[in-house]
Amino acid sequence: MTATTVRTKGPSQKFDFGRGLLYLIAALVLLAIIVPLSFSIIGGFRSNSQLAAQPVGLPDPWVWTNYQTALTDPSFYGWVRNSVLIALITTALVLPAASLAAFVIARYKFRGRELVFALFTLGLLFPVAVAILPLFITLRQTGLLNSPLGIALPQAAFGLPLSIVILRPFFRSIPRDLEDAAAIDGCGPLRFYWSVMLPLSRPVLSTIAVLTVVGSWNAFLLPLLVLIQPEQWTLPLGINNISAQYVTDTAMILAYTTLAMIPALIFYFIAQRQIVTGLTTGGVKG
Amino acid sequence: MVISDPQVKVTRPNRIVRRAPGTAPWPVIFAFLLPALALYTLFVLYPITQSIRYSGYDWNGLEPLTDWVGLQNFRDAFADPLFIEAITHNGIIIGLSLLLQIPFAVALAVLLTRNLKGRGVFRTMYFAPFILSEVVTGVVWRQIYRPDGLFDQVLAGVGAGDLSREWLADPKIALYSLFFVISWKYFGFHMVLILAGLQLIPTELEEASAIDGASFWKGFRYVTLPLLGPTIRVSMFLSIIGALQLFDLVWVTTKGGPVNSTATMATYLVDWGFRRGQFGFASAVSVIVFGLSLIVALLYQRFVLRRDLEGALTT
Repeated sequence: MTATTVRTKGPSQKFDFGRGLLYLIAALVLLAIIVPLSFSIIGGFRSNSQLAAQPVGLPDPWVWTNYQTALTDPSFYGWVRNSVLIALITTALVLPAASLAAFVIARYKFRGRELVFALFTLGLLFPVAVAILPLFITLRQTGLLNSPLGIALPQAAFGLPLSIVILRPFFRSIPRDLEDAAAIDGCGPLRFYWSVMLPLSRPVLSTIAVLTVVGSWNAFLLPLLVLIQPEQWTLPLGINNISAQYVTDTAMILAYTTLAMIPALIFYFIAQRQIVTGLTTGGVKG
Repeated sequence: MVISDPQVKVTRPNRIVRRAPGTAPWPVIFAFLLPALALYTLFVLYPITQSIRYSGYDWNGLEPLTDWVGLQNFRDAFADPLFIEAITHNGIIIGLSLLLQIPFAVALAVLLTRNLKGRGVFRTMYFAPFILSEVVTGVVWRQIYRPDGLFDQVLAGVGAGDLSREWLADPKIALYSLFFVISWKYFGFHMVLILAGLQLIPTELEEASAIDGASFWKGFRYVTLPLLGPTIRVSMFLSIIGALQLFDLVWVTTKGGPVNSTATMATYLVDWGFRRGQFGFASAVSVIVFGLSLIVALLYQRFVLRRDLEGALTT
């Protein structure tokens, strides 16, 4: 970390000092990320009096009751189950719908093609909040309030723009020769899409699946308003409720929140490449 | 959109020899588009048009739509100082993001491209908060900001205990406390975006300027920064759009309080629509949010984004 340890790399004293400073800044920012996260993880192992007395460092003694309470809470597993179910349905809707549409938009000439594409890209701008009131009315009329489908369908619809924007250039870049060859072999558009395009697009499709799952897993506004019955709640709703219910019990809140956070972090470390490349190439809508 | 898609890059030569796009009978095209169009129309386009319709009525969301009031809901919204405050708060978040968060992300990205050991680890960790939900983020930070909580104790630990405040309970600073959390969660995303942009800049250019005797700062200012322009503009745009929609984080930490000091357009909308059952009025608010997003997008498209996207999004 000091100037001398990295001297071999730099041509001058001044440059070495600069490198030391770079590491110092990078490390401080790293600390600013890690401390809140570990505060939550370790905080769940403290009692409230320990938290008040000494929120940093390791707990002494380790308190297991908070995590125990959370992990034996049947409603916690209900939230996880609902979140998983909704994420899976949303992804199962987005993947075929987006890839079919992006396929013809990317590779076929037809009237109104640019209009259709523009319509979808426009959707990148619309937050769910803009449509939430009529959505609520529609879902109430169709009996989809308090149902996983009532979340998955609108979420899939709002996920289409980003997915199509990511897929289109990828589909475009697949050589025409392949299509010509397939056509000579008597392969129609559907066959070509299914047997040639989809297998070739596996990486970009998995990127879209990952982004859709993350988006669904984290969604709050729509579930908050649509899932009124506690049995239907997703993890974010449950955690929001826990933080109100245990308002003075910080340690308990941290235990629940950590348990909600860990699947997302694990998922991130596994699927990091898809998430990062998907969001930087597809780029839009953070 | 802009940046480094290895697959696309590898196959780019094919584009040059590509012939006209294929044709197919329109029923086939339509069948391919149908699932996406149906979903999108039913759950995105139709609700937005309905919002516009509701906005002209005094309506509680239950009875038939009969009480037409024209533009009165819009007049009421703009006459409500609380709504103007909410818009101002969105504006403050946008301003702070553009002035502080994005320059910070650019600086860190540039820092990480200089031969830093363990740069992959830094990048991975900086990005990590982005994938956490705003609910989890908000709940954890609410605990951190408690009086005598972690934040205060860290301040005391570095000898700045005097700075302790009621971070979320003091109307004067609650919004800025939230901005800090927003930056904590999102700067990594912008940094990664900018890193990807930096990788597209040929290192020869920077080396050449260094050989010509340009200092690091001059090289950055006159070579790197201009070439990075498109990426930074995309980053700014995403930041603005995100700030216009700000809801989750505010709702779980302060619900817009104390005394309206952190309310945003979206919390105002949800409050009026779902807590007070004023669907017509809340729809007018949603139309305003929609309009503002559209204006930002069109201005952006018109003045900035067009040339950035050419050759990146459109091929």
